[in-house]
Amino acid sequence: MIASPALQPNGTPPSRMTPGRIGIYAFLVVTALFFLTPLYVMIVTSLKTMGEIRLGAILALPRAPTFEPWIVAWSSACTGLRCNGISVGFLNSVKILVPSVVVSIAVGALTGYALSFWKVRGAGLLFGTLMVVAFVPYQIFIYPLVRVLAFIGLNNSIPGIVMIHTIFGLPTMTLLFRNYFAALPPELFKAARVDGAGFFRIFWSVMLPMATPMLVVAVILQVTGIWNDFILGLVFAGRDNLPMTVQLNNIVNSTQGERAYNVDMAATILTALVPLVVYFASGRWFVRGIAAGAVKG
Amino acid sequence: MNFVRQRLASRLSIGLALLPAILVVVVVYVGCTAWTMWISLTASRMLPNSTFVGLRQYASLMGNERWQVSVVNLAVFGALFLAASLALGFLLAVMIDQRVRAEDLLRSIFLYPFSMSFIVTGLVWQWLLNPSLGIEKMVRDLGLDWFRFDWIVRQDMVIYTLVFAAVWHAAGLVMAILLAGLRGIDPEIWKAARIDGLPPWRVYLSIVIPMLGASFATASVLLATSVVRLYDLAVAMTNGGPGLASEVPAKFVMDHLFERGNLGLATAAATSMLITVAAVVAPWLYWQARQRDRRLAA
Amino acid sequence: MNKRCDVSIRGAEIAYGTIKILEKFDLEVAQSEFIVLLGPSGCGKSTLLNAIAGLVDLRDGQIWIGGNNVTWEEPKDRGIAMVFQSYALYPRMTVRGNMSFGLKVAGMPPAEIAKRVDNAAAMLKITELLERRPAELSGGQRQRVAIGRALVRDAGVYLFDEPLSNLDAQLRAELRVEIKRLHQRLAATMIYVTHDQIEALTLADRIAVMKDRVIQQLGTPSDIYRRPANRFVASFVGSPAMNFLPGMFAVQDGEPCFAAAGISIPLDGYAFDARPQQGAAIELGIRPEHVEAGGDLPAAVEMVEPMGSDQLAWLRLGSQPLSMRLPADTPIASGQSLQLRLPADKLNLFDAASGRRL
Repeated sequence: MIASPALQPNGTPPSRMTPGRIGIYAFLVVTALFFLTPLYVMIVTSLKTMGEIRLGAILALPRAPTFEPWIVAWSSACTGLRCNGISVGFLNSVKILVPSVVVSIAVGALTGYALSFWKVRGAGLLFGTLMVVAFVPYQIFIYPLVRVLAFIGLNNSIPGIVMIHTIFGLPTMTLLFRNYFAALPPELFKAARVDGAGFFRIFWSVMLPMATPMLVVAVILQVTGIWNDFILGLVFAGRDNLPMTVQLNNIVNSTQGERAYNVDMAATILTALVPLVVYFASGRWFVRGIAAGAVKG
Repeated sequence: MNFVRQRLASRLSIGLALLPAILVVVVVYVGCTAWTMWISLTASRMLPNSTFVGLRQYASLMGNERWQVSVVNLAVFGALFLAASLALGFLLAVMIDQRVRAEDLLRSIFLYPFSMSFIVTGLVWQWLLNPSLGIEKMVRDLGLDWFRFDWIVRQDMVIYTLVFAAVWHAAGLVMAILLAGLRGIDPEIWKAARIDGLPPWRVYLSIVIPMLGASFATASVLLATSVVRLYDLAVAMTNGGPGLASEVPAKFVMDHLFERGNLGLATAAATSMLITVAAVVAPWLYWQARQRDRRLAA
Repeated sequence: MNKRCDVSIRGAEIAYGTIKILEKFDLEVAQSEFIVLLGPSGCGKSTLLNAIAGLVDLRDGQIWIGGNNVTWEEPKDRGIAMVFQSYALYPRMTVRGNMSFGLKVAGMPPAEIAKRVDNAAAMLKITELLERRPAELSGGQRQRVAIGRALVRDAGVYLFDEPLSNLDAQLRAELRVEIKRLHQRLAATMIYVTHDQIEALTLADRIAVMKDRVIQQLGTPSDIYRRPANRFVASFVGSPAMNFLPGMFAVQDGEPCFAAAGISIPLDGYAFDARPQQGAAIELGIRPEHVEAGGDLPAAVEMVEPMGSDQLAWLRLGSQPLSMRLPADTPIASGQSLQLRLPADKLNLFDAASGRRL
């Protein structure tokens, strides 16, 4: 390729904004808008009055933004027979979330630790079984579990639902921690044994402090998974402890008469708020969580 | 003496630590599954009944119109959802891998739906697709009054609305998995391909996609398991309607366990779901175990 | 076949953001020449090679290959082929597939492709591996395939980016010989990057020793070995490494000499590039194989390392350590005393501050 003397190639080539590259950006921008639209519509609808909503321009910004729907959603929306708003569900979800996250991570970390460093007969079998069962649909377990929980007196209670979440979170948590511990240098463990530390001592003083990244990932996964859970909360938590997702569904889908779409959307955002905040605050950790183990949405 | 005692203490501690896991596996996983399967072989209705009836429940299950519709719906949903999520997720991963600016921002945008509950997802999309007040109304108001987007109330189209919502929810996950796989490709392969003069689409087609086999498999299995579990989304978005047009197996089981009070039928349905999942997942797990062994032997 | 292009890099400047990798860089490579870019990590040699290949853009300057200005050309249009450190073979294709893929995409007729692949495979002795996948090959075999993939392109310039660094010592020695044979047979222009000075000395027609993104010395292996242009080149090339003695330049009785604590080494017979001043701080360098016995410098043997074909004796000359190479059968033991002679024509003098050869 011969260029005229005035145009001898030298230094950086001219800008490579080829049609291909423009196409890529166009696709990404359009797709991003598609992904953002539901969030946008949620927020915008929740700030409109019903009069405005009935006019139908779903993508339009609210002409007279109001927080009224939010207040109604929080404190006076009707879930079934009670009309105390979704704040009840929020509190329930928190009451369920905190112990469930703590217990499921503790048990998972301990199990993962036991299966990684210590030579246990049948460790492979136990671990394999846990992994296999992670894929089984919940419906298989529901009836028997209801009976078992009723038998030990924990059905329709917070401790009961915490136990359920621990049971169903065990495969993922064990996988997470076992893989993490298995990747740590075995010399650490040997040195601790030589120092005379026993099973729980090594776990508490050596391994757990080193597992901070995985603890963060586990917390993110469990907070998101447990907060977003619907079916387990519906069946096992009991009418007095229904989580926010169940109450949200009741508010929206079992209203008689005209639906208050703005209240519905406000309630929806309130329900989605906790995991969204966790998501945006965690940044790369969320992606790490996905990469680290089988994720159940 | 001390040594023996320490060994014993170790063994006890390990046993204690693994007790929850063992209990869970034995009592819950194995025990409950066996119990459910047992019930499906009895004449239980509202209450359990230990009369053994063989496969009669399964027979009536197969003849149950609602179940048949549920299975077909799930098959259609599953196929479309899998294909669309994998395709969209792959495209997004490839595009983001092109060293575009604002990569973090774009990734956040595509992945945030995955952090939202299925209930929230279903409700938002239910609202968006509301025929009289949602997208259909908006586009009509722009002057295009021939536009129709009332799929959510049409029996023949409602299942596709579920696909939309589910793809919106899951494509980001597929993107994240495939992007991680893409990033794991030796960058010198890209250099070699460039020197070989390969156009980018050719590189993706002939070299990259084959190399991403494991990532695609992982993504597919994750998606497939969430297909079988489909419940929250259907309940929130359409509650199985209109009519039976968006009924799904998981909902069938739940309805028959509680409201409709037919334990035998419900457990037969649940066991059928289990068998389907096993048929899909078992080969994958087996293949994974083989890969691991081959890698260890190499 | 055999295009054999010359390569000319003129005023190249490469930068990432504000970090300058190369500045005002010039290099001329003649047709059929085997030139080695030698240097430690971070000296810019790999970046330069990538720029010649077209994988990295220049911020300023030009690159000419075979009389064409290719500064803005895509790698495939520059007439180059490249061999990578990690082989970069396409994992899902057979060896034959790997070697023919680029040609297939370029639209070459299958008969021609097959001919080239078979020729290259014969030259590299991998014909029986053609139907295997990369995962089934050893490191050495994979590297041969990578070289084969480059050969079939029939390029004007072949670029090698530390191709032997991932191999163990014995394989490295084997493939080194193969590459040299290849060059003799094809007489192709080859630009080779490495941090291993043995590879440089054995393979190159000329070596460009680089450090901190600048060429320290450009010359034949013999030049570089016998007359290193500065202290860095002297210490980097040659194994076992050169000895360095710090001291002072003095003129005694009209004769130039090197003075250190209690030692005086006459310097007549040394070809000065630049004459230092009286009393200037200088460093004296001498290779272990040039240290001779039978002089008047007293030294004590501290330790002897047997190295198979010869021995390396570690001595103390005054207060300075000095290593000396001896034939394997010369009797020598620690504690012995020796009288050393450091012949002036084998010395290397460097300015203590700048490291430049004097």
